[in-house]
Amino acid sequence: MDQLSSLVTEAERAIEEAGDVQSLDALRVHYLGKKGELTAQLKTLGKLPAEDRPKAGEAINKAKQTLSTRIDEKKQTLESAALNERLASERVDVTLPGRSGPQGGLHPVTKTLERIENLFTHIGYSVAEGPEIEDDFHNFEALNIPSHHPARAMHDTFYFDASRLLRTHTSPVQIRTMASQEPPVRIVCPGRVYRCDSDLTHSPMFHQVEGLLVDENVSFADLKGTVEAFLRAFFEKDELDVRFRPSYFPFTEPSAEVDVQCVMCLGDGCRVCSHTGWLEVMGCGMVHPEVFRHAGVDASRFSGFAFGMGAERLAMLRYGVNDLRLFFENDLRFLRQFQ
Amino acid sequence: MKVSEKWLREWVSPALDTQALADQITMAGLEVDGIEPACPAFSGVVVAHVVEVSPHPDADKLNVCQVDTGSERVQVVCGARNIASGQRIAFATVGAVLPGDFKIKKAKLRGVESRGMVCAASELGLEEGSSDGILVLPETAPVGEDFRTWLELDDSVIEVDLTPNRGDCLSVRGIAREVGVLNRLGVTAPEMADAPTTLDERPTVELAATDLCPHYLSRIVKGVDVSAPTPLWMQERLRRAGLRSIDIVVDVTNYVLLELGQPLHAFDFEAISGGIQIRRAQAGESLELLGGQKVDLRDDTLIIADDSGPLAIAGIMGGASSGVTENTASVLLEAAFFTPLAIAGRARSYGLHTDASHRFERGVDPGQTEQAMMRASSLLVQYAGGQAGPIVSAGGRDETARVIELSAERIERTLGVALPEWEVVDILTRLGMTVHAEGNAQWRVDVPSWRFDISIDADLIEELARVYGYNNMPVRHPAMDMAPVVRNEAIISDRTLRDRLVDLGYQEAITYSFISSELQHQFHPDAVSPELLNPISSDMAVMRSTLWPGLIKTLQHNLNRQQSRVRLFEIGQVFNGSLDALSQDKRLGGLIYGSRHPEDWFNRSGEVDFFDIKADVEAIMALGGERQWRFVQCEHSTLHPGQSAQILDGETPIGWVGALHPSITQALGLKSNVFVFELDYSSVTMRHVPSFEPLSRYPEVRRDLAIVVDERVVLSDITDAIATVAGEWLVDWRLFDVYQGKGVEPGNKSLAIGLTWQHPSRTLNDDEVSQWVSAIVETLEDRFEASLRR
Repeated sequence: MDQLSSLVTEAERAIEEAGDVQSLDALRVHYLGKKGELTAQLKTLGKLPAEDRPKAGEAINKAKQTLSTRIDEKKQTLESAALNERLASERVDVTLPGRSGPQGGLHPVTKTLERIENLFTHIGYSVAEGPEIEDDFHNFEALNIPSHHPARAMHDTFYFDASRLLRTHTSPVQIRTMASQEPPVRIVCPGRVYRCDSDLTHSPMFHQVEGLLVDENVSFADLKGTVEAFLRAFFEKDELDVRFRPSYFPFTEPSAEVDVQCVMCLGDGCRVCSHTGWLEVMGCGMVHPEVFRHAGVDASRFSGFAFGMGAERLAMLRYGVNDLRLFFENDLRFLRQFQ
Repeated sequence: MKVSEKWLREWVSPALDTQALADQITMAGLEVDGIEPACPAFSGVVVAHVVEVSPHPDADKLNVCQVDTGSERVQVVCGARNIASGQRIAFATVGAVLPGDFKIKKAKLRGVESRGMVCAASELGLEEGSSDGILVLPETAPVGEDFRTWLELDDSVIEVDLTPNRGDCLSVRGIAREVGVLNRLGVTAPEMADAPTTLDERPTVELAATDLCPHYLSRIVKGVDVSAPTPLWMQERLRRAGLRSIDIVVDVTNYVLLELGQPLHAFDFEAISGGIQIRRAQAGESLELLGGQKVDLRDDTLIIADDSGPLAIAGIMGGASSGVTENTASVLLEAAFFTPLAIAGRARSYGLHTDASHRFERGVDPGQTEQAMMRASSLLVQYAGGQAGPIVSAGGRDETARVIELSAERIERTLGVALPEWEVVDILTRLGMTVHAEGNAQWRVDVPSWRFDISIDADLIEELARVYGYNNMPVRHPAMDMAPVVRNEAIISDRTLRDRLVDLGYQEAITYSFISSELQHQFHPDAVSPELLNPISSDMAVMRSTLWPGLIKTLQHNLNRQQSRVRLFEIGQVFNGSLDALSQDKRLGGLIYGSRHPEDWFNRSGEVDFFDIKADVEAIMALGGERQWRFVQCEHSTLHPGQSAQILDGETPIGWVGALHPSITQALGLKSNVFVFELDYSSVTMRHVPSFEPLSRYPEVRRDLAIVVDERVVLSDITDAIATVAGEWLVDWRLFDVYQGKGVEPGNKSLAIGLTWQHPSRTLNDDEVSQWVSAIVETLEDRFEASLRR
């Protein structure tokens, strides 16, 4: 029995000293394996007198138990140390940048057009587009601007020949749509338009969105409601003051310019609104009977309204851009501000 | 149109201050662009009398003057040559402050005391530049009165930006009429008597074009003194309206133009030979205009002529030979009604724009032609002397009014509000219309002669809305069907497409649709696209036939600003073909340049190459689901012949991708390769709507092949060949290695391809797969001299 206890003591020391899981496994084999020391002890039981056997057997089994527990405990200790070591070695600087590439971005004019389109498509309008090289009929004649009309002077037009030109507004799309579709018509027409004018506040190319609604019983009151709600939604200001000023467009009657309370100074007067407290943001009106006639819409049954706005102007107000020319320089440092 | 507030208030004066008045007319559709003081601030200037002028004892060019200011007599030294005793002058007393904060103090000039200053018009801000001598006032000017008060200089000039329909407001009378309507006030015209007819001479007038000129009035005024000064009050009113004083004859016609809106013309009567004709110009006729410009007249142009030829372009500008000069003694005054259609566009077609043409093309009230003639002649005779002959009238005024039917139902339908009937009648009446009730809430409305913009009921409804106040009208939201709108699933939305590009790191650009023809030619040597007749500059002269030049210019702009890694896209129309065979197509274009990745700490280096941009095109393609675009090696003048591909959707070419041709890159001074693509937008946005296929429950079989072929053999030919013999159950293939180098003969390449078969309803057996593999190997050997790499 002394032999057993010294064996256990020796084994316990060896387990304690084991430095890694592999040597621990070797110790398990050495003492507790099929050919292990303690297993060998069990085999010697037969040589003992019968009355001594149970006691000795119990002692050996107990020793086995003890060693097995020791080994398990030691293994756990070793494993958790190893894990800790691994965790420590795998530590990274989480503030280093990730591996992704940079995002691109949309042009602020596109963002603005998209916002406008969305506000209208969500209430049932569709988006309509048309050619940029237009003819005199669709750009002027059908919109009640006959040649020699003084209003033509308001449109500094780029011409290709006597009858073909770069559209000066997206209104020709209205004509094309009305001519090809029965009312109700509910469209917004975004796109590039061109005027032969270039200075600090005019670009020879810019973007417009026009809207058109033709149906039975559409009135000026509907126009006011639509425009007012749109502008409040666009600027995200519920209480934004909106006013309608009589104006003149050959293709609408009554016609109005729409002013909003200056979104920069909230009407107190600042540089942006020339100290008037108001910003002119769009034009609108009831579709002129002559336009209906050209587009083949029965004016005795249907009425409609149209409105139009400059996307750059709205983008400037929305994002605080102070120079129109920036939109077409496409400087990445400018464009990235709108990502 | 600039109008003096004081002048306007002589006609109608509502109890509103200047700003409130401006706001009121703005909100009625006559937009006020600005309000300026009639002259700059100054003080201490009085009307004074020059009692005595004597030469300065020590200076040749100076005079010593004794001036009576009404309250005292002061001595002042004055250098103006036109000063003379007996004159009334504008005198700045000691303590006066003139424009520019110029303070008048006691002074000694060459030893002589001077207390004050005799003012020139420019020193008081009444004339641009510097005046020639002092301002001499009329003898009736009251000595001692404050000069500002006397000349009503505490006045505002209101500038109204009139829309083209409101030609009737291009006069003091017209604006006064509007103000009267808005404030329910009567409008009082000044007393306008005719000049006494003291002469019997009449011009001979032959009116040959009554369609263009229904009514022509003329009269002779003889013995006019053109050198007579224009009264100061008239000069002031002209000045405040932005017109310069020329001579009494021109000033009077301009004054009546401003006052009543009727353009007038004065001919030098002596320069006219024979009778006056109002007719269309004949081909070959020409005219030297008052400004000295010589124009060849077209036969669509109405002219005033005499026996020897054209004298004036009617309603636009007079001729030089018959203009009033300092030697003129007799004038022929003209007041006519030229129809808007006779004048519209003509001035512009000759490169002219005058106060007369501006008004005639918008419509000049035919109801006041005669009044304007009388007003002008009486002012002329009053201030320039002379004797007026009788007014000779040719043609006549059409007195029948335009009549428009109006109903309350139409008003309500258009405006969304039922205006009370009394208010309809009231507003229209205030506007000068005669309203006849027809019963049943319907009216017949006679339109006044000055409203050329009113011809249908919609015009009347606009007037009602305007005067009622747009902002007093109701606000409503349109009612509509709530039926869902069809959105085609087979179309990729603009948003989805743009977002994909943004995710790929592209920044959207918007470049001009017109570019220089040199740039166009550089990118597209055989381009045919429309050219502008009137470009802003040669840089913006032709319509782009491709998006690439704009993107490249944007690249250059940014490279010049230290941006080294650039990815751009643009969506826009391009224009190809002549005007009569034009295609205007929307395209998507893209460009990449510089390093593949932004500078980072992962050591991912390298410049972008063909496969980077191709990957982006493939990513766009993948938006469309199962569509198969093919990339075919093909030559394009702008692209690198070895690194460019045409993209086909089926057999339809839909775009290009590749490296910009090195010769272009070099010509543009770019250091690295530029890779571009351009795709037809409608093809890009067309997608495949998924349709389900049952999943196979049977295992896949994969076989890998490594073959060696000539390096010029392209992969797509190999895979096409494989597809023809691989049987119908080949479901996928992968290229997993391309190798050249040790073990492969130079000029050859090794390709490793993994092929996967799967049958929908049974397990494939080894034999059949092996047969397909053998067939593939055989075909590749035959077609490409391929050998299996072992």
